[in-house]
Amino acid sequence: MGRHTPLFSLHQELGARLVDFGGWDMPVQYSSQIGEHHAVRRASGVFDVSHMCVVDLRGDRVRPFLEHLIANDPGKLRERGKALYSCMLNESGGVIDDLIVYFIAEDWFRMVVNAGTRDKDLAWIREHATAFGVSVEERADLAMLAIQGPEARAKFAKLLTPAGAQAALALGTFYGRDIDGWFIARTGYTGEDGFEVMLPARDSVRLWQDLNALGVASCGLGARDTLRLEAGMNLYGNDMDETTHPLESGLAWTVAFEPASRNFIGRRALEDIRRKGSERKLVGLLLEDRGVLRSHQKVIVPGVGEGEITSGTFSPTLERSIALARVPQATGEKVQVDVRGKLLNARVVRPPFVRLGKPCIQVHAA
Amino acid sequence: MSKVPADLKYTRTHEWVRTLSDGLVEVGITDHAQHALGDLVFVEVPEPGRQVAPGEPVAVVESVKAASDVYSPLAGEVTERNEQLATAPELINQDPFGAGWMMRIKPANPAVLAELMGAPEYEALLQAEGG
Repeated sequence: MGRHTPLFSLHQELGARLVDFGGWDMPVQYSSQIGEHHAVRRASGVFDVSHMCVVDLRGDRVRPFLEHLIANDPGKLRERGKALYSCMLNESGGVIDDLIVYFIAEDWFRMVVNAGTRDKDLAWIREHATAFGVSVEERADLAMLAIQGPEARAKFAKLLTPAGAQAALALGTFYGRDIDGWFIARTGYTGEDGFEVMLPARDSVRLWQDLNALGVASCGLGARDTLRLEAGMNLYGNDMDETTHPLESGLAWTVAFEPASRNFIGRRALEDIRRKGSERKLVGLLLEDRGVLRSHQKVIVPGVGEGEITSGTFSPTLERSIALARVPQATGEKVQVDVRGKLLNARVVRPPFVRLGKPCIQVHAA
Repeated sequence: MSKVPADLKYTRTHEWVRTLSDGLVEVGITDHAQHALGDLVFVEVPEPGRQVAPGEPVAVVESVKAASDVYSPLAGEVTERNEQLATAPELINQDPFGAGWMMRIKPANPAVLAELMGAPEYEALLQAEGG
């Protein structure tokens, strides 16, 4: 048996199909994965993401610690509440994890890291925090719900006090703050507007049921995966890991080489790679033939070489298969993918595939 | 609880077989199988004229989550395939024993049909598998 979030019994009552996800028993779907996907694109859905790991970092030197620990620049966090997406790298530039860090106060930052990497992340963070006198506290007392979709913010706000609702609806994109005793952030992993809410575990079942009563659909990790892939967002362990670096993972935009004086872990290795030029890149693929792209399928780039699909699925919005793939730098617009022994044609595109309910790439009839 | 129509034959790999009046058999995947796979998004069925052997992978069903082989329940020749599945794979989810049929086969030896599982036996198998 795996670990359980505070919402586990509710998922069972709701008839969810539960699967192992990084050591946790998590709902993969309630009724229909595609139905849940569309609910988020067209209206609103709620996900249990309590398996993710919330870490509070406190101390007078938290900021210099983060400047050392993460590849993006915490200097971008000037206003309280601002959030920053970043990778945490090892010395060779490999990705230990991707994360979001929130600037709560000058001596208090909050980090959210992946569930499957919890133990190694915490060990790594603690190892480096000591020198900065920073305390590292895992907030296992908090549950986390993601409420996503064009109607998500308005529906969720109905469950807050009038002042709380006003404050929540005033949050800018990629900002979070404490409202009515909950930490509410305008972030997500779906390509839609919405909130991620960190709240005491005891409040979480009630919040879920109240959201359902307002018509917010219960959504599983299956829909979360198709939504994030349509949104062109990477999944740790699939699209990047410790053997790959951000510059070949579509994450160059998250690496801050300026200011040059900031000596973050992995910087030297990445500078070498940048100087020589990355040999591979992560691209989006749209399958032009019928079939479904899956991770680990081989990508053939005529006249150039080979690559591999890192994440692939069927896009419910485009009604076509899409993927992220790591391919040679010289890859042009056309590739082929070995799908169960057949070579199918795919077009190289720039993610996202879908954003805020709308296709971002043109799909021709098959 | 999955539906298991009493008038069909079944395989251990969750295909169903219906004997038609003209001696052909119709093949599809069971309600249990479609439920386990989830929303189907792509189905590949064999060309008519293809000779198939029992246990041979002859079709592919892909859901959002995964791809799965469909095995021929018996030896014979494929005479027809359900062309509608190319554009409407969800027919298998909606009506696995009816509109979601996959192919028709002319059995090489109709006597082998008697060796396939009946409904009570298939139900017992599902129970043993925890489904």
